[in-house]
Amino acid sequence: MNTETFKYDNRIVRAFAIATVVWGIVGFLAGLLIACQLFWPDLNFNLQYTTFGRLRPLHTNTVIFAFVGNGMFMGIYYSLQRLCKARMFSDTLSWLNFYGWQLIIVSAAITLPLGLTTSKEYAELEWPIDIAIAVVWVIFTVNLLGTIVKRREKHIYVAIWFYIATAITVALLHLVNSLEMPAGAFKSYSIYAGVQDALVQWWYGHNAVAFFLTTGYLGMMYYFLPKAAGRPIFSYRLSIIHFWALIFLYIWAGPHHLLYTALPD
Amino acid sequence: MSVIYLLIPLSLIFAGGFLWAFIWAVRSGQYDDTCTPSMRVVLDEAPVKKSKTNSTSTTETTDK
Repeated sequence: MNTETFKYDNRIVRAFAIATVVWGIVGFLAGLLIACQLFWPDLNFNLQYTTFGRLRPLHTNTVIFAFVGNGMFMGIYYSLQRLCKARMFSDTLSWLNFYGWQLIIVSAAITLPLGLTTSKEYAELEWPIDIAIAVVWVIFTVNLLGTIVKRREKHIYVAIWFYIATAITVALLHLVNSLEMPAGAFKSYSIYAGVQDALVQWWYGHNAVAFFLTTGYLGMMYYFLPKAAGRPIFSYRLSIIHFWALIFLYIWAGPHHLLYTALPD
Repeated sequence: MSVIYLLIPLSLIFAGGFLWAFIWAVRSGQYDDTCTPSMRVVLDEAPVKKSKTNSTSTTETTDK
């Protein structure tokens, strides 16, 4: 019997934790400002860059993709290593994931106040940034799947299944919804028009909430909650049913976002 | 609404992929034991030494 020693990468977890806090404060302040603008419209400072219409997507993008996104990466990078009993697949990919994601957020913080937007809710960023998101997301997915492949623990804990679902589905949603024809460096037109665009947009919007805001955190809850409570979850069997039921049912429900809209029958 | 003819096959491919994963998981014995995995999550973590490099070490014993 010999002993194998390996190290978890905690530096990447700390980096994502700091980014989560920093972007959280930025996102909340942006939300506070536009909330105040509803009551005191003068708070737009009579500047086009700080009007409600431009700061609102900045607020939603920062809170969803920067605050929740970095928090999700933090939780996944922490728990995945421990659940797989393995260091992340590649430190290089980990840091590309980190810095790439921060650059995307910074570019969002610059382009949205400038009025550069595709006007698709929660997918406002213009095509060069869309491509960057796709690249960074593939880096994250490869790092995630690579770590799972080289795991030392035979059983794939339910949390990991939620992480896999997050990685694969967000990639699919982003690619399909962001298909657009560039018309200059910072201008593009969606390849879908009218009602087609609405349907694709809310197929994306519904499932972005599901697989960006929900599944990653559900997985994390199945790790961190038992950890914090010091006792296993009530029924592991139920958690397995939870995952497989969710994965087969959630993605179909997007069109309900279009009920009571101008969508023709 | 004709874009539904794109979205439905995409969702079916997605669901099919996970159906394959589910069948693989069941057949490879992932769910033969639905009790101890949840306990192992709480119990693991045995850092052998605290290093100054911002990383914790963990040992894993194998029977090789």
